[in-house]
Amino acid sequence: MLYDVLIIGAGCTGVMTARLLSAKNVKVAVAEAGPDVATGATAANSAIVHAGYDAKPGTLKAQLNVRGNRLMKELCAALGVECKNVGSHVIGFGEGDLPMLEELLARGRANGIPDLEIIGQDRLRAMEPNVSPEATHSLWAPTAAITCPYGITIAAAENAVTNGVDFYFHFRVTDASRAGDIHYITNGTETLAARYVVNCAGVHSAEVAAILGENDFPITITPRRGEYFILDKAVGGLAHSTLFVCPSDRGKGILVSPTVDGNLIVGPNAYPIGDSDDRSTTAEGLAEITAGARRIMPDIPMNMAITSFAGVRSTPNQYDFYLKASDQIPGVIHAVGVESPGFASSPATAEYLVGLLEEAGLALTDKPDYIPTRRRDGNHIQWNRLSEKEKAAKCRENPAYGKIVCRCETVTEGDLLDMLDAPIPAVTIDMMKKRLRAGMGRCQGGFCSPRVAALIAERTGHGLDEINKSGPGSWLVTKREEA
Amino acid sequence: MAEHKLVIIGGGPAGLSAAVAAVDAGLAPEDILVLERDSEPGGILNQCIHAGFGLHRFGEELTGPEYSGRYIAMARERGIPILCNAMVLSLTDDRRVTFVSPETGYTTIQAEAVILAMGCRERTRGALSIPGTRPSGVYTAGCAQRYINIEGYMPGHRVVILGSGDIGLIMARRMTLEGAKVLAVCEIMPYSGGLARNIVQCLDDFGIPLKLSHTVVQIHGRDRVEGVTVAAVDEANGRRPIPGTEEYFACDTLLLSVGLIPENELTRGAGIDLDRMTNGASVNQFRETSAPGVYACGNVLHVHDLVDYVSEEADTAGRAAAARILGNAAPVVRSVKLTTGHGVRYTVPERIDLAEEPEDVRIFFRVSDVYKKVRLVIETGTGEILVNRAKSAVAPGEMESLTIPASKLAQVLRSGEEEILVKLTETEGR
Amino acid sequence: MTTKELTCVVCPAGCRITVTLNDAGAIESIEGYTCQRGKTYAANEVTHPVRTLTSTVPVTTAQGKKMLPVRTDAGIPREKLFEAMKIVRATEAKAPVRTGDVLIADFIEPGTNLIACKDFD
Repeated sequence: MLYDVLIIGAGCTGVMTARLLSAKNVKVAVAEAGPDVATGATAANSAIVHAGYDAKPGTLKAQLNVRGNRLMKELCAALGVECKNVGSHVIGFGEGDLPMLEELLARGRANGIPDLEIIGQDRLRAMEPNVSPEATHSLWAPTAAITCPYGITIAAAENAVTNGVDFYFHFRVTDASRAGDIHYITNGTETLAARYVVNCAGVHSAEVAAILGENDFPITITPRRGEYFILDKAVGGLAHSTLFVCPSDRGKGILVSPTVDGNLIVGPNAYPIGDSDDRSTTAEGLAEITAGARRIMPDIPMNMAITSFAGVRSTPNQYDFYLKASDQIPGVIHAVGVESPGFASSPATAEYLVGLLEEAGLALTDKPDYIPTRRRDGNHIQWNRLSEKEKAAKCRENPAYGKIVCRCETVTEGDLLDMLDAPIPAVTIDMMKKRLRAGMGRCQGGFCSPRVAALIAERTGHGLDEINKSGPGSWLVTKREEA
Repeated sequence: MAEHKLVIIGGGPAGLSAAVAAVDAGLAPEDILVLERDSEPGGILNQCIHAGFGLHRFGEELTGPEYSGRYIAMARERGIPILCNAMVLSLTDDRRVTFVSPETGYTTIQAEAVILAMGCRERTRGALSIPGTRPSGVYTAGCAQRYINIEGYMPGHRVVILGSGDIGLIMARRMTLEGAKVLAVCEIMPYSGGLARNIVQCLDDFGIPLKLSHTVVQIHGRDRVEGVTVAAVDEANGRRPIPGTEEYFACDTLLLSVGLIPENELTRGAGIDLDRMTNGASVNQFRETSAPGVYACGNVLHVHDLVDYVSEEADTAGRAAAARILGNAAPVVRSVKLTTGHGVRYTVPERIDLAEEPEDVRIFFRVSDVYKKVRLVIETGTGEILVNRAKSAVAPGEMESLTIPASKLAQVLRSGEEEILVKLTETEGR
Repeated sequence: MTTKELTCVVCPAGCRITVTLNDAGAIESIEGYTCQRGKTYAANEVTHPVRTLTSTVPVTTAQGKKMLPVRTDAGIPREKLFEAMKIVRATEAKAPVRTGDVLIADFIEPGTNLIACKDFD
């Protein structure tokens, strides 16, 4: 099968691009090294749809963040993913921080962001009673929002599959060749052929560029890790909007924010690492983000942490995103060095990449029978987000929705079965977790994961020993020893 | 809205014992509804296949399933309705219970009395913030126990266990008997939290080393656990890991037995007062919480070591709930608060509601450290001794109890005392 | 002459008991106990320690394969635990099963049985 477009990488950038192309009359494939969409930085970031004042005016970051902020909200509404317009504060501690706040305000205005203002201590404290008494000012950006970054990426991917996009998982690109204007991309066992290739490989995008045949590629990626804590929903109300401190040359810094599900997220720090796939947390790193959180909110109850994790940024050797058609290889588009505000920008970045494809010669006509929802029959909202009446009705209609499997997050058997039936079937613990939050509550899967695993095993005709947590090699259990 | 006289949340040993006691106290079985979230009653005992249950209650050494089997049989004999696969989603302090089940759908019922018997959950890796990667193979001991004893699969083959509480010790033995190699049990405290009998029969019997004052400082492995780094901790410095003492264990499984937390999300949601020390509701001697008609018993109230005491406590709650519904509970004249003194971590109950003619009250409590040769003392706020018992050894891992005789409580009632203190005095240096 | 030291588990006091055995393996003396139960426990534990074995075996029911908890109805010699587990791992049951049903009679020791601990229909 010859694809019109092969996208390498199923993070938010690659998936949003696939989704836009799925509305056109082109055959699209996405090759992803991991076992699911959104397994890289898309699943391990602050989950903020940035307002866009931070990015320097005139850059792609600025242009795409501002547009992405608007598009993300529309997309979440269209696909039934929650997005809360909570706003954000960049907090200043004393007069010394005012110049930076003013600089950000100026940038924001230049970038066209509405309703930005610098507010004083009284108003800040009225809006955020738990903020440090040392906080004197803030830049208030009412258009910043929070959502679930892997949630919207999964929704967009389902929408893409519903409209004919093929996803290839466990497809780590190892080699590439060309014959005429056809690209052959292989993982060693399987080869995909496409007329155009879009490199959205995140932290591996520079490596992929080299594999695709780029010589003297101008971008090198330095993987930079950031660690996070998630705090229990019981304390999720301690912050009403995202709380930043002034940015530095290392980035936006350690923040405290509510999450769209009602938890509190704290982090990230930022430091370079050697192995771009190493997503360990460290004692020093967790201590660092604890200290950072306490600066913003001295009484933050860090003993209410329910989990911690780390993500790895693709930091390029330039300020801006590198979004360009290849100089050397016709038909190749690169999206390299997409770090913050990569997620917030992604719906707009997708538009930009589609534009580059058109410039490169790809003819795009609209698909008349395009389906705007995740599945043919709608968006499939999970049971715990329905109203009381709808919940009762759903239980009557299908008793599987009356059986709770994950009690911390109120996930029903009906929801799990639904996800086994999804355009990208959820067949691992982590896939169910990312789609339904099963296992993300206070007990961290202690109660539900054997039950979720047993359900997946039963419905897919496998033994429990064949079910994985995430990728191959992440087995949960083995058969008992024969005598 | 449907009504039910008594709703019991949880069909494990606590819920079932309470239901049986309520019927035996005169409540009609059809007036009771036991809501159990698992597909069968019996609670956590269904997966506790080891023996050691029922020594006090039945004079026999039973396995967990046998113990709950007795109560399931008693409940069935009495015709007590138990609805399985039923999860309670919310509770109000005026006893409205909202629950969902495949059989009955989404329902809210108004109860005259509610007994909370939800048990507890395990503390997680996330709550400890153990640094490292997040591979598969990191399990709480109870989760591993479910895999092996209910699903019939092995959680792993080369195991390190963090936490020497009973569940960790039991799993050390279970895994070893099923062919796994348990490399070590690490315990952050300088003493084990488990019963001495379990140290002998789960570790010593199999030559499994117990590393006191040690903890896991890093988890390694990309997809599945490949190893853990263990370090000694400084008891004199906040139990922080001591640099230079790190030791790597190549293994494929890390089991965590690092604490049980009573499951009081529903209790909190109802605005019922909790005791910070037990993480359970604050109750009187009838196990009634701050919400009238709402009782709590078993692990949801405070984490027990012996299920026999769970049944006893549940009897108390069941009888009290029945008395309330049947209208024969004695009116309360005055409330006395229980406070903890030296060496005592918490008491259950936290208050005694005195009637005109008080009855004996049994106080359960835990000590805060290991002590030898002590006197356990219960006295009034003005120093009048109510109970004074010598004990050769006490430990945090072994719940204690003392009974205040009715006659003493009658004195307290007459004297106007408002506080009763539970403490220990050391009769010898430690 | 050999001396064996052990911690008594009969009550929380956890007395350290020392048992001295002669060359024939018979008990010469027991010291350190503070009650009769402790003395008996130490004597047995040192000469022929026994353990109740608990485990699970697969049981075929109408709802498919489940796990049946099982135990020995008396202590078996501690040194035979792994031998016993070999037999258990080769054992399967079929519903209906009732608590107390004998699955294997004279299991490891004459008069000791492997019994079911749960009902399955």
